[in-house]
Amino acid sequence: MPFLRTILARLAATLVTLFGAAVIVFVVIRVVPGNPIAMMLPPGATEDDIARLQALYGLDKSIFEQFVIWLGGVVRGDFGTSISLRQPVLNLVLGRLPATLELSIMALVIAVFIGGAMALTGTLRRDTRTEAAIDVTSGMALSVPDFLWGLILILLFGVLWPVFHISGRVSPSLDFDFQTQFYLFESVLRLRFDVWADLVSHMFMPSLALAIPLAAIISQLLKQSLKETMHLDYVTLARTKGYSEASVITREALPNAVLPTLTLIGVQFTFLIGGTVIIERLFSYEGLGNMAIDAVINRDLPLIQGIVILFALLFTVVNLVVDMTYAALNPRLRHA
Amino acid sequence: MRDARSRVRRPIGLRLWLSGGWITLLIIGAVLAPLIAPHDPLYQDLFAGRMPPVWVDGADPNFLLGTDSLGRDVLSRILYGARLALTVALVAGTLTCLIGATLGLIAGYYRGWVDMVISRLVDIWMAFPPVLFAILLIAVLGTGLTSIIIAIVVIDWTRFARVVRAEAMTQGTMDYVASAQVVGRTKAGTMFAEILPNVLPTIVALLTLEMGIAVIVEAILSFVNLSISTDAPTWGGMIAEGRTSVHQAWWVLVFPLITLFLTVLSFSQLGEGLKDYFDPVLR
Amino acid sequence: MSFLEVENLTLRIARGPRILRAVSLGVDQGEVRGLVGESGAGKSMIGKAILGTLPRAIQVVSGRISLDGTDLQTLPARERRRRIGAQVALIPQDPLTALNPVRRVGPQITNRLVDILGWDRSRAEARARELLDEVHIPDPDRVMRSYPHELSGGMRQRILIASAFAAEPKLIIADEPTTALDVTVQKQILRLIKEMQDRHNTALLFVTHDLGVVSKICQSLTVLYAGKVIEDTDTRSFFAAPGHPYSQALLHATPKYTDPEDSLTPVPQHVIDAVEAEVTDFDKGLGA
Ligand SMILES: Nc1ncnc2c1ncn2[C@@H]1O[C@H](COP(=O)(O)OP(=O)(O)O)[C@@H](O)[C@H]1O
Ligand SMILES: [Mg+2]
Repeated sequence: MPFLRTILARLAATLVTLFGAAVIVFVVIRVVPGNPIAMMLPPGATEDDIARLQALYGLDKSIFEQFVIWLGGVVRGDFGTSISLRQPVLNLVLGRLPATLELSIMALVIAVFIGGAMALTGTLRRDTRTEAAIDVTSGMALSVPDFLWGLILILLFGVLWPVFHISGRVSPSLDFDFQTQFYLFESVLRLRFDVWADLVSHMFMPSLALAIPLAAIISQLLKQSLKETMHLDYVTLARTKGYSEASVITREALPNAVLPTLTLIGVQFTFLIGGTVIIERLFSYEGLGNMAIDAVINRDLPLIQGIVILFALLFTVVNLVVDMTYAALNPRLRHA
Repeated sequence: MRDARSRVRRPIGLRLWLSGGWITLLIIGAVLAPLIAPHDPLYQDLFAGRMPPVWVDGADPNFLLGTDSLGRDVLSRILYGARLALTVALVAGTLTCLIGATLGLIAGYYRGWVDMVISRLVDIWMAFPPVLFAILLIAVLGTGLTSIIIAIVVIDWTRFARVVRAEAMTQGTMDYVASAQVVGRTKAGTMFAEILPNVLPTIVALLTLEMGIAVIVEAILSFVNLSISTDAPTWGGMIAEGRTSVHQAWWVLVFPLITLFLTVLSFSQLGEGLKDYFDPVLR
Repeated sequence: MSFLEVENLTLRIARGPRILRAVSLGVDQGEVRGLVGESGAGKSMIGKAILGTLPRAIQVVSGRISLDGTDLQTLPARERRRRIGAQVALIPQDPLTALNPVRRVGPQITNRLVDILGWDRSRAEARARELLDEVHIPDPDRVMRSYPHELSGGMRQRILIASAFAAEPKLIIADEPTTALDVTVQKQILRLIKEMQDRHNTALLFVTHDLGVVSKICQSLTVLYAGKVIEDTDTRSFFAAPGHPYSQALLHATPKYTDPEDSLTPVPQHVIDAVEAEVTDFDKGLGA
C-alpha cells in the first residue's frame, strides 16, 4: 500500500514539525522580559511571594528542564495552567476552539461558493468581458488581506447599511442555554433558527473577510484548471452527446479540474485559519485567536504555548485531510 | 536564456503607472511631512475633537480631513504615519528579502543537508499563524521600530526562501549552469553569476509584494497597540481608534483605511505588474 | 436526398485563412463514406462542423448542414444540440484521452441515454451491457465498474464504439479511429466498426488518411485538399481510375497491401503546384 506509506511518512513529518514548533515557541516566550508572576500579584508582594509562585509554575527551573516537564505533561494531555485565567490550559483552549472552527469553516464554505461560482462563470463566458471582469475582481480581492476587508465590511454593513452585528459571537440578550461550544451547529440541531440567525449575523462579516482572499485564489486556480480541461477530448465528446456548455463544465470538466486546485486550497486554508487571529480581534469574536492576543498581552506563557501548539496541530491536520481527500477523489490513487 | 528574458519586454501597463504613481505620491508626502502637514500630528485640542472633514456641515476649514476624538488633525497624522509605514516597508522588506532569498538560493542550488535543514525550518514556520507569531515577537522584543522590523523579517523570510528555492532548483538543472561549471567557475561563483540573475526578476516582484505585506503587518501591530509608542501617529493606531468611534466619527476610520488600502493594493499590483513585465512566459 | 447533407460549407479562422472551401458531401443510411486527405486538410473540421463542436476561433462563412432533411441552422440552439446528440455520434481518434479519467466507464456509456434521451437508469444499463457484448467485451459488468486507466487502449476504443452506438444513431462520424492504436489492434477495431455499422445499418463518415482502409470498408469517398473537395466518387471507380491528378498521385503514394515495400512514389511537386493553383483560383473567385 504505497498510499498508506505516504500517509505514515506525512504523519512522521508532521510530528517533527510540531516538535520543532513547540521548541521554538517555548524558547521564544521564555526570553520575555518582564516577570509574568510579578504582574499577577498585588503591588505589596514580597520577593518571597514571587519566588514561591514561580516555583509553583515551575518558572524557577532552567529552560531545558521546563521544556521536559512541559513535554511530559503534554504527552499526558496536561498543558499546564493559565497564569492569567487560573484554569487548565487545555480546558480554556478546547472551550474556544469550536468558535474558531465554526468561523473558519463558514469562511471556507463561503470562499468555495463564491470562488467556485466565479470560476464556473468565467469558464462559461471565457474570452469575453465577463471573464475579464472576474479576473480584475479576483486580482483586487487577492491583493488586499483579510484584515482590510474586515474593516471595509465594518464600514459597509456596520455603518453605512447596518444590517449585521459588528462585534461578538452571539447577542447577550438572546435567551438560549448552549450545551456545547459549537453554537452554530447546536442551534441547527435544536432547530432554533432564531438563534442560528443571530449567530450567522455575527459571523457573516468576519467569515466573509476571511473568505474573500481565498475565494479569489479558488476563482483563479479553478478557472485556469477548468479552461485547460475544456480542451480535452472527453469534454468534446460529452458536447457531441447533446449536453449544454454549462453541463459539460459542471459534469465533465469540474471533477477533474477540482483535483489540482484542491492541494493548493489546503495550504491556503491554513492561511485563512491563521487570519482568524486578527479578524477575531477586529470583530471581538470570542475565539482562539482573540484569546491568543490577550494571552500575549498578559504574558500568560502556558496559555500562549497551548494555543500556538493547537494552531500548529490544526494546520497539520488540515494538510493531512486535504491529502486524503485528494487520494479519495482521484481514482488512480484510490486503487493504487 | 537569461538574455531572451530581459529582451522581451512589454510596455508598462496602466496598473504599473497607477500603483507606482500612488506610492511616489506617498513617498513625497512622507518625506515632506514636516513641511506640508498642516498641524502637529501630536497636538491635542479637546475643544476641536471629532471635527468632520471640510466638505461636511459643521467642519472647521483648518482640518481638511477632520480631527479625531482628541482633536488631532487626521491629515497630518496620516502624513506622519506614512513615514513609519514606508520606513518599515523599505527596511523590513529589504532585510526579509536579503535573508530569505539567500537561504532559498543556497537551499535550492546546493541541495543536500543545507536544503534539508532550511526546508524543515520553513515547514515549522508554516505551522505558525503569522499574525500571532508577530505579536508574540513584539511582546518578547518590546515595542519600537526595530522590534517591528525584526518581527517582520522573522515571520516572513520563508516567503522568499520557498519561492527562490524552487526557482533556483529548476535553474540549477539547466544546461547553461552545467556548462558554466565546465568552463571553470566555482560552485558559489556559478550561483551568483548564473543562477541569481535568472531568479532576480522573481525576487524583485516578491520584494514589492513584501513591502505591501510589511505595511499591513505594521498596521496590524499598531492596531493591537503593539507597534511603537502609544500616541505616535500610525495608520493602524488611527484605524483602531476609528473602529471604536466609527458611529460618531467615520472619518477617523475611513481616511487612514483608504490610505492603507491604496498603499497595499499598489505594492501588490506593482509586484504583479513587475512580474509580468520581467517575465515573457507568464507563470 | 441523403441522411447527412453538407452543402457549400466554408469555414475560416476568424480574421484568418479559409479552412474549408465550399465543401459538399452526403452520406446515406447504411452507406460508408471515406473522407480522405493529408493531415491538416480539414477532415476533422468537417466532423466538428456537423457535430457542432467547432473551436471558437473558427467561423462559419456559409453553407448548410442538414440531417434527415432538416437544416440544423434553422433549429434553436438547445433543440439543435439535442437533435445532434440523438442522431449523430462520434468515435474519437484517441481512446486514451476520450474517456473521463475520474468517472467509471458505465455512466460514460449510459449518460447520453439517461440525461439527453430521458431513459431510466436500469434500462440504460441493460442496454450498455448488451452493447459491450456486441463489441466483444467479456464480463461487461466488471468493465462498467472500472475506471478508464484500468483498461487497455483497444478495450477503451471498444467501449467508445459501444457508447457511440448506444442511442441507435443514424450517423456515426469516426475520426481516424485507429490511428492511435497498435497495428495489431487496428485491424480488429476496423473490423468491429464495420461489423457494428452493418448490424445497425448506420450511415458512417469514416475519416482517414489511409486509402488502403478506404478500399476495404467504404462504398464512396471524398478527397479533400486544403479544405477543398478534389474528388467525390464511389470507391470502385476511384480505385479503377481516379479522376483528379492529385488523387492519382495520392493512390500511388499509398503502400499496397500486397507489396508494402514497392512503388512508393511521393506526390510529385508539379501535382501539388497544380492543386495549390486550383485552391488559389477558387479563393480568387470568391474575391479574397
Ligand atoms: N482550434 C483551431 N483554431 C484555428 N485553426 C485550427 C484549429 N484547429 C485546427 N485548425 C486548422 O484547421 C485546419 C484543418 O484542421 P483539421 O481539420 O484538424 O485537419 P485534419 O484534416 O488533419 O483533421 C488546419 O490547417 C489547422 O491548422
Ligand atoms: Mg484530424
